[in-house]
Formats: sequence, structure tokens, C-alpha cells
Amino acid sequence: MTMNLPELSLKLADAGYVADRELAMALHLMELLQRPLLLEGEAGVGKTEVAKALADVHGTTLIRLQCYEGLDRAESLYEWNYQRQLLAIQARTASGISVSEDDIFSERFLLERPLLQAIRQERPPVLLIDEIDRADEEFEAFLLELLSDYQVTIPEFGTIKARSIPYVVLTSNATREISDALRRRCLYHYVDYPNVEREAAILQRRLPAIGASFALQIARVLEKIRKEDLRKVPGVAETLDWAAALIGLEIKDLKSDPEAVFDTMMCLLKTQEDKSRFTREVAERLLGKVA
Amino acid sequence: MTCCTPPAEPGSLDPLRDAILSRLSAFALLLRNHGFVIGLQESVDAAKLAGWLAMDRPAVQRAAFKALFCSRLSDWKQFDELFNSYWLGRGMKKVMRVGGSLATSTRPNSPVSAGRDSGQIGSSELGEEVSNPSGEETEDGATGKSEGASRSEITSVTDFRKIADPHELEKAHAAAERFARAMRARLTRRERARSRGRRIDLRATIRRNVGVGGIPIKLRFRQPKPKPLRLVVLLDASGSMQMYTAVFIRFIHGILDNFRQAEAFVFHTRLAHISSAMKEKNATRALERMSLMTQGVGGGTRIGECLATFNKWHAKRVLNSRSCVMILSDGYDTGAPDVLASELKRLRQRCRRIAWLNPMMGWDGYRPDAKAMQAALPYLDLFAPAHNLESLEALEPYLARL
Repeated sequence: MTMNLPELSLKLADAGYVADRELAMALHLMELLQRPLLLEGEAGVGKTEVAKALADVHGTTLIRLQCYEGLDRAESLYEWNYQRQLLAIQARTASGISVSEDDIFSERFLLERPLLQAIRQERPPVLLIDEIDRADEEFEAFLLELLSDYQVTIPEFGTIKARSIPYVVLTSNATREISDALRRRCLYHYVDYPNVEREAAILQRRLPAIGASFALQIARVLEKIRKEDLRKVPGVAETLDWAAALIGLEIKDLKSDPEAVFDTMMCLLKTQEDKSRFTREVAERLLGKVA
Repeated sequence: MTCCTPPAEPGSLDPLRDAILSRLSAFALLLRNHGFVIGLQESVDAAKLAGWLAMDRPAVQRAAFKALFCSRLSDWKQFDELFNSYWLGRGMKKVMRVGGSLATSTRPNSPVSAGRDSGQIGSSELGEEVSNPSGEETEDGATGKSEGASRSEITSVTDFRKIADPHELEKAHAAAERFARAMRARLTRRERARSRGRRIDLRATIRRNVGVGGIPIKLRFRQPKPKPLRLVVLLDASGSMQMYTAVFIRFIHGILDNFRQAEAFVFHTRLAHISSAMKEKNATRALERMSLMTQGVGGGTRIGECLATFNKWHAKRVLNSRSCVMILSDGYDTGAPDVLASELKRLRQRCRRIAWLNPMMGWDGYRPDAKAMQAALPYLDLFAPAHNLESLEALEPYLARL
């Protein structure tokens, strides 16, 4: 059962994710063409959130594989539970039962890691392969193989075919160039910082306590801040933090309490250099522009 | 590059469908010529999509093809324009220029003309515009093939700028490239031999000895995986470096060719990323592609600003803690020296070593008096000459120690 595009956008909004048309289309195509989706974008624009929302939309589980340098098959796919195997062997030899290889390499001793887990679900889960650019090239090649065949061969056990094809979402922060082959295999979407309207919509969706005009005000300030020359540009997560802080302090308008607004603005800045550059005057200038 | 047509059933009776499919394959070809990576499967899927989705609405169509055909940010940014001009006939002038610069060499022309024939769907002018590349000339950096034999030997201590004979020059270039390759290989081997810090891998040991009941007879070890050095080359291609640029380009080509952990940039007034062009096997073709990428720059050198661009957009991706940044420049900067200093300082925090190779240092009586050079010196790990093969060779032990 594939849902149509408007339906998908609605459900995404219900799940708390405000998607633009292009992203909704990409998610729709994932289902139609059964291809993985590669999301790129700056840190903090909500790439991981997309996968979570997608799992909500389809009412399925989210299986997450966080990539890092040195990630290998044992960590990502499967591993034999050696300790248990060993115990089983010793227990049986002690009680005089002969041990056959089939007993030892059976389902009971197989440790499923995220990738194997994902393809063995009855109901297609969302498989999030986070920060694929941190993994090594070897892992990428292996992943490519898995994503095209959806089957895994375990030498001692046999070939495991996918029960269902998961919705695969890959994210990348572009710390390393990903191979063309993997890129070609995937649908692509570049997640950008949201525009003012979308950011306001996200704020309202996530923090219902916020009023429409206040959300818009915050979104406008953020738009200005992102244009400043900062080392770490604040993402959507930072916006939400800031808005939550303001609500916590019961501020309803950015002009009402400049002191508190300036202090809380530090939620948005993550390096010492940015903090020192972002003086009271800069903040006032930005707030003045918005007002 | 395969030229593919989406699967039209042979003898299909639906002329509209056929027309759409041929337009689609021409579109895929246009995208490929703009550097998109599109395989047969993508074209097939596009054809499927054309059937499934409401393709009468351009916005829907654009969003769908965008997700399918794009595979990187550069694709993403130029897709809308290409799409609009191809299917909606907008903004053709600009695309024509872009298309012309890229479509010079590999261009099977049949699918485009097929697109032109089916003019009833959408606008058909674009196929024509793109198929007539404006034919920009490639500025040739003295890399003409030389098969001819030459008696005299160039020695490794001859200054590159003193080599006038094109044959000799070609030999020098080839030598620089050969040397770069050799250096690359040697560096990698050295990395592998250096394996310290062995420790027992308990898990693997048990695994290995399951067959003998878990008694650890054969031990397994772990050792740190050697990580190859990552080299990032920034080449100054300004007028004052003219005599040396060509040979350095060949040097870079040798380093980059087939080697993943290296990146190259060219700068004078602005910065251009040339790694993809340099990975072309054939040196002449690599040069051609590169000169296309860096066209339209000239007049003065702004090292500081180019470094700022690098720090802002590329550093995060191409640098890690084991990177060496190699700047090939004479240090004649028309920008402000303090910009250069602050950007070098920033760069310094991101990488392991900064080496500045200055061909002028080989000249008699040269002293780094230029303001930019003075500002840069405190942040450099190595400041060395690079005016002949010997000086390039002298670098290798330095790099091997990283």
C-alpha cells in the first residue's frame, strides 16, 4: 500500500515534521521506487528527524546505525555470540553429549546487528544509517552491496533474504566525499536551513505554547543570525532550544525584555569565538531589524 | 558513459509515449554532460515515474526528477535551472554557456537530435542550444605530446623556468609526475610497515579457538590500522607563477591520480576545486578539464581571501588530523596580509602540517620580504624552495615523517 503525495505530507505534519514539497516528493519516491534516500546538509538542520518522522508516518520501527571510523561487519551486520557458543560446548561435553556444528552455528547464537535486524522484520522498518561519511570506504562498498541485493550471506549459516525491504535513509555531513556508486544508488535531498515561514511552522508544531506572531518573530531573528559571519551557524535544534528557553522565562515578545533575550541567545552560539563576536550591539542591531 | 534510452517497447504504438521517452533520455544526457552521475537504472526509473505521477504539473515533475537525478550538492543547485530551461524553455542563455563549456569532448549527438524532432512536447530549442557548444578554447599549459627524442638530458637541478625547449619541458613535466607517483607509493608503504602497539584481541582469540573447545592456542592481535596521509594541495596560478604552474599541475596530477586521500585546489583571485579534473588518467585531458574549471580568473592574487573560502567551504570536508596542506605560491599577494595570517591560523587548527613551497626561494639572493610571506611565516611548518625536481624530491622525507 503506497500512500499518495498529499496524504504523505499530511501525515508528516502530524508526526511533527514540516516538510517542503521536494522532501515530501523524495520520501514518496522512496516508496515508489524502493530506493534509499541520501540526505545531506549542515549539522542541525534536522536530517535525523526526517527518519524519525518517516517511521511515525508508516507506523513502523526505526532502526538506527550510527557510523564511525572503523565500523565493520561485526558491529553493523551480525556476530556470533562466542561466549555462549563456548559455554554450550563445554556444558555439552561435560554431560557427554556430542556437539555438532549445526547446533553451534544456529539462530540461538546469532547476534543481530542493525543491518541484519532491519532486513529480517516482517513489516518494513525505517533503517537510518547516520553519518555515513564517517565510516570507511570499505564499509561503504559493503553497504552498496547490501542495498542492491537486500540479502546477506553468513558463511556458517546460509543466505538470509530480506523479508521486507526497509525504508533506508542515509545522512551525511560531508566530512568525506561519498562514492559516486552509492550516490547514484540513492535518491538525493539537500536539507537546507528552513526559510522563515517553515521555521515558524516548525516552532509552532513543536512548541504549541508559542504564539503564531512570536514564532514568526523568532524565525526572522534566526534568518538574520544565519547571515552573520559565524563559525557554527545555529540549526533548527538550536532555534527550538532558544524558543523553549524564552517560553520557560515567560517571554512573549522579543522586545519586552532585551536583557533576558540577549542572555538566552547564547543557546544559539556554540563556540567561544562566536560568543565573543556576538556582542550586545550586534544582538540589538539584529533585533532592531526584525522589530 | 553509456548512452541509454528508457525502455520503450519496440514497436510501441503510442507516439506520445515514445516522444516523452526520447525527450526524457535527452534530458538525462544533458544532465550527464553537466556532471550528473546517472546510470541506466535512473533513466528506467524516470520513465516509470513519468507514467505514475501526474506529469502534467511541472512542479511535481521537477521535485520527482530532482530527488532521482541529483546526487550531490552541486547537482542540487543547478538542477532547477537545467530543468526549467529544458522542459519549460526558461533561462536558456545561462545554461547555454554552462553547457558549452562542458559538452566539448564526449557528445554523442543522436539523443539530442531525437529530442529536437519531438518538438510538440515542451520547448525544443534547448536541445539545439546545448548541442552547439560555444567552443571555448582550452588554454594549453605546454603539455603537447612529445614523442620525439632529445639528446640533451635535463638534470634534476635545472630551474623549471630556464627550460625553454618544449620537448625538454615535457620531459620535466613527465619527470615531476613520475616522481609524484613514486613518492605517493613510497609514502603508503612506509605507513603500513609502521605497526606499533600490538595487543591481544580477546574476542577474536576466543572466536578462533572455538574449534578446540575455547582453549586459547592461537592468539589473535590487534594493531592500529595505518591511516594514509592526506595531502591537500593549493596551487597559486597567478601571472607571477606562470613559469611554474604547468609543472606543478603535472606534479599534482601525479599525486592525485588514483589516490583517494588527496585533494587539489587552484587559486588566484578565487579558489577552484580541481580534484575531479585531476583524477582523469590522461594528463592532457586532465589539464583541459581543469582549465575549463578555472576559466575567467585573472589579475592579482588574493591568497588570504582564497584561503578564507577554503576554510569556510572545503576545510571541513577535506581536512582531518592527519592532513598536510601544501601551498605552492610565490607569496605575492595583492590582498591584506593580516587576512592571510588569520586564515592561516585558522587552517593551522584544522590540519597537522602546513608546508609552503615557494619557487622563488631557488633564486639567488631571494629573501621572503613580501608582506604576505612575512605574515605567513609564523604559521608554517615548512618553508621550502620548489623550483626544480631536486627540491621537490627533498620534500619526501619530510612528508614521510608526518
